[in-house]
Amino acid sequence: MSERLAYGGRLIDRTCEISFTFNGREMKGYAGDTLASGLLANNQVLVGRSFKYHRPRGIVASGPEEPNALMNLGKGSTFEPNARATTTEIFDGLTARSQNHWPSLEFDVGAVNAIMPLAFPAGFYYKTFISPRAAWKHLYEPFIRKTAGLGDAPDAATRDADRYEYFYAHTDVMVVGGGIAGLAAARAAARSGVRVLVMEQSAHWGGRAPVDGASVDGKTADKWVKEGIDELSRMPNVRLRLRMMGTGIYDHGFALGYERLSDHKGAAGTLRHRLWHIRAGRIITATGAIERPLSFAGNDVPGVMLASAVRDYAVNYGVGVGKRVVVATNNDDAYRTALLLKDAKVEVPCIIDARPDPKGTLPEKARAAGIRILAGKAVSTAYGSKRLTSVGVCAQDSDGRKTAEFECDALAMSGGWSPVVHLWSHCGGKLTWDADRAMFRPDHDDLPPSGADGIGLVLAAGTADGEMRTAAVLENAHAAGLRAAGVIAFSDGAGTAAAEAPYDGPSGTDAGEAPMLPVWQMPARLSKKAMLKTWLDYQNDVKVSDVRLAAREGFESVEHTKRYTTLGMATDQGKLSNINGIAILADSLGADIPDVGTTTFRPPYQPVSMGVIAGEAHGTIFKPMRRSPMHDWIDANGGFWEPVADWRRPYCFRQPGESVRDAVTREILSVRENVGLLDASTLGKIIVKGPDAGKFLDMLYTNMMSTLKVGHCRYGLMCSENGFLSDDGVVARLDKDTFLCHTTSGGSDRIHAWMEEWLQTEWWDWKVYTVNVTEQYAQIGIVGPNARRVLEKMGTHMDLSAEALPFMAFGNGKIGGIKARLYRISFSGELSYEAAVPANQAMAFWEKALEAGVGFGITPYGTEALHVMRAEKGFIMIGDETDGTVIPQDLGLNRMISKKKDDFLGKRAQERSFMKDPNRWKLVGLETMDPQEVIPDGAYAVDGHLRHNGVRNMIGRITSTYYSPTLKRSVALGLVERGPDRMGEIITFTNPGGQEIEAKIVDPVFLDKEGARQNV
Amino acid sequence: MSNAVSVLGGAGFSGIIRVVDAGVTGMITLRGDLACPKIAGAVKATVGVNLPQARNITQNGHNGAGWMSSDELLLTCPYEEACTKVEKLEEALKGEYFLVADVSDARARFTLTGAAVREVLAKGSPADLSPGAWPVGELRRTRLGQVAVAFWLRDDITAELVCFRSLGKFVWDWLNVTAGDDVPGYF
Repeated sequence: MSERLAYGGRLIDRTCEISFTFNGREMKGYAGDTLASGLLANNQVLVGRSFKYHRPRGIVASGPEEPNALMNLGKGSTFEPNARATTTEIFDGLTARSQNHWPSLEFDVGAVNAIMPLAFPAGFYYKTFISPRAAWKHLYEPFIRKTAGLGDAPDAATRDADRYEYFYAHTDVMVVGGGIAGLAAARAAARSGVRVLVMEQSAHWGGRAPVDGASVDGKTADKWVKEGIDELSRMPNVRLRLRMMGTGIYDHGFALGYERLSDHKGAAGTLRHRLWHIRAGRIITATGAIERPLSFAGNDVPGVMLASAVRDYAVNYGVGVGKRVVVATNNDDAYRTALLLKDAKVEVPCIIDARPDPKGTLPEKARAAGIRILAGKAVSTAYGSKRLTSVGVCAQDSDGRKTAEFECDALAMSGGWSPVVHLWSHCGGKLTWDADRAMFRPDHDDLPPSGADGIGLVLAAGTADGEMRTAAVLENAHAAGLRAAGVIAFSDGAGTAAAEAPYDGPSGTDAGEAPMLPVWQMPARLSKKAMLKTWLDYQNDVKVSDVRLAAREGFESVEHTKRYTTLGMATDQGKLSNINGIAILADSLGADIPDVGTTTFRPPYQPVSMGVIAGEAHGTIFKPMRRSPMHDWIDANGGFWEPVADWRRPYCFRQPGESVRDAVTREILSVRENVGLLDASTLGKIIVKGPDAGKFLDMLYTNMMSTLKVGHCRYGLMCSENGFLSDDGVVARLDKDTFLCHTTSGGSDRIHAWMEEWLQTEWWDWKVYTVNVTEQYAQIGIVGPNARRVLEKMGTHMDLSAEALPFMAFGNGKIGGIKARLYRISFSGELSYEAAVPANQAMAFWEKALEAGVGFGITPYGTEALHVMRAEKGFIMIGDETDGTVIPQDLGLNRMISKKKDDFLGKRAQERSFMKDPNRWKLVGLETMDPQEVIPDGAYAVDGHLRHNGVRNMIGRITSTYYSPTLKRSVALGLVERGPDRMGEIITFTNPGGQEIEAKIVDPVFLDKEGARQNV
Repeated sequence: MSNAVSVLGGAGFSGIIRVVDAGVTGMITLRGDLACPKIAGAVKATVGVNLPQARNITQNGHNGAGWMSSDELLLTCPYEEACTKVEKLEEALKGEYFLVADVSDARARFTLTGAAVREVLAKGSPADLSPGAWPVGELRRTRLGQVAVAFWLRDDITAELVCFRSLGKFVWDWLNVTAGDDVPGYF
């Protein structure tokens, strides 16, 4: 059984007991425990079921590489699936549930899969569920998703109780990893005065060295780390962050850090995670290494663990993972585990060493301690189901015939170490295969991932650079720190010239280590039957047999094999399985490991929370929303909102008990009969000024603007270079050199950028300045037969008569005491004014207008009434009548295309043959035969023919369609093939789910063609 | 001008810093050749400050001149004076190639006070806001979360921030969230 040892546990506080629950069972741990050490202290080795076969699985590792111990943590608004027990710190009240089993962890129906491992070989899903086609979606996939999958999905209706945020930091040197290498590198860099940011993913500084018994500068690693942290924390140029993971490295020195602020406190509703966006001059990855499992039959039985993890649990948490622990290894390092256990009075029946003649310092110590060493031996099979019971032993150089068996309840295995090269590789760092140490390590001969100056951006340090001995680790890391700070040159001579100074970095000592023996499967001639039980990837249930089968089926590329077998595709991204899988693939293909290569390392190094990706952007600040000065008034007065670009505009104003449609009808009739009040503030407004402003606008608009008289307005169209309509609006000439261009609500920023692009890149020598003043002015429309009376009642010295202020003119003055520019323009066909007033005074103006309009039936109206009224008049709307494929000529706006101008944007494109095709769909009005019937928006006109592909031939489509309360019938605008030539013709429109609709082609102006209503 | 109201009507709140809607402020955009001595003279005569160096703002009480780009200045003054100052500039620069526009109503302005002011802004701005990189008097045009802003330090613990008026409420809400209760402790 696993249990708390009588002593030990450098990271726990035995005076502070903590309660937590696992699958509803209350357990006790100590402050400082991880969930994994807490579970092991309570003899809970079995922690989950495997993904495919539902095999019982136990804790394997002690860090972020853990593949099995994934938990559903918390509940309700603090629920989180797939949390790693090994990186979860316990707190009082923590609740954890194991995953991927039904009905219970102890008894799982799905485990029947495990009886027939042959039934689930590599590519099983691809091969089995291929037919019938429809069954995948409706039968297979739903079933597989239910039985497979890892953690539960959070409840859709429950909201995350916690908060998240971003933080942007700049630093000269960023150090990832707070072990002795990271601290040595940080200290070397920091002493030169540069800004240094050091991050450590766990809650403690020091990394592995204190557990492994290294000594630095003649002190224990613990003592040296403590002194180093003291020194660094006193330096004003150094920032130290614990519980912060280096997540990803990107181009140009950009990196992400994932800081976990409150996971260990268990307090809901607090700032939980922070995503650091870091710009670093240099990045040092002192990320250490991960121990590899050994591939033998039954290596997934709970109780089989990494040797280093067994050591960690004993030293860091005072937890013994078993009463009798066998050690299996191919290297000296695992002997540390055996010696440590022996010291802790745990029985170690034997060390199974694949090497024929282990005789380094550590094996000699083990012998001296009386531990039996089985040299040249391998594990033939690990026995047990929910817990290891015994280990069979065979010769490594054999096909697995068992020669002995040892009872035990834990097995500490070590297949060697793989440097954590992920971050080095994120930004393009290459790897080289070190055959002696059997590891991929950063390749310094190839180009490193480089920064803006062309010099290496990422520097791997210490064990992450492939150094396995304490002295070499420190020397390497110290140099990395000096290089990153620009004190010494890079090994290829790049960067600062080398300062010839004696080494002044830390010195280290450890027990010597004899060479390891690469062992990719145990025993060397693993039988086919044993391969079926020999796991490479615990989390995705990929076995040696799967990779070998993939190779036989022709998957030679490591990337293809990965996807076919799902090796390394689980949430741990193959941290344990990657190298072992590549080695098996290489062996199957008869290739060398470096020739097979690795899969691609991509960010994030470890999964990060979904919440932190959103950061602070949720709730009210999920997305920016632009508000007009009248926003709050509209909201309080029945405004029924619709989004228009980033703005909100009222679709209509609903009175109590009124339907949306009734409100729209009321608003239209009020405008047509009395007067309406419109918030048009969202319209874009851009000042264009300079001696060349007229020339510039003549290029931007299709019609002539330079001839516009001061004090007057002109409607204009803008096209892209390809001739398609892009925006429209009214241009007012303020003085000889100054124009004010109105754009659509969605177009203000885009058109301003469009203007600046042409001015800055093509016509840089034209004397034109632009300023976007959209937000400076609120624009308030006073529209309808009583409009003039309302303005007069508000009080103004301006002469509003038709003679003094005719249609398409504007004047400046004060209305109701507020400075205004008053345009006489109309988008409804009524007598209509738009007053531009300073935004800060807009609400005062609005209220004055409402007050003055009381006796005139003034009615605030929304965008739908606006749309209906403009459609009644046949006015086009950018985005309705246009969709990026429509030219002005399609809309019957030929009169807006100046023939006097040599050029304008879009002119040449509109000369293309396709644009001149007489069969283009063109704008017409459409009247349904039944006046009460409204054609659905977007409906297609069909001519009764079928195209070669069986689709009905379409000859047009609806672009705007409404019921007109004014005309008491439906009106529609549409684009129809040769439409204007077919006046009076009746055509058919599709109507999904209903009867097809017939409509007559008519003139697009339905109301007051002569303009009598507005010319008063 | 008694009708003029700023976006938040002068509201304020205190979290890890104090955030206050600074009320209506006179702001004028001046585009032109900043090397032209007439521009410097007109600015000095109108708002009483010298032209700022690139990326800086020169200030004297409510009046100031901020460098927005190589051909654009942001002039600040009391709200009531913006109109006459625009006219004064138009007059002073007559015959030159320039553009002056009153943008006092186009923007919201907030005053942020507290030792953690850099920390709060760095939750939304990718600019380097460390004391060495962002000194007092430097104007940064940048973003805050998802929206465009400009800000400068009046003194070590006081920042002025301007954004578009329509986004004033959004920026206010954003500051309410990010200036709530957690100081990253980086600067």
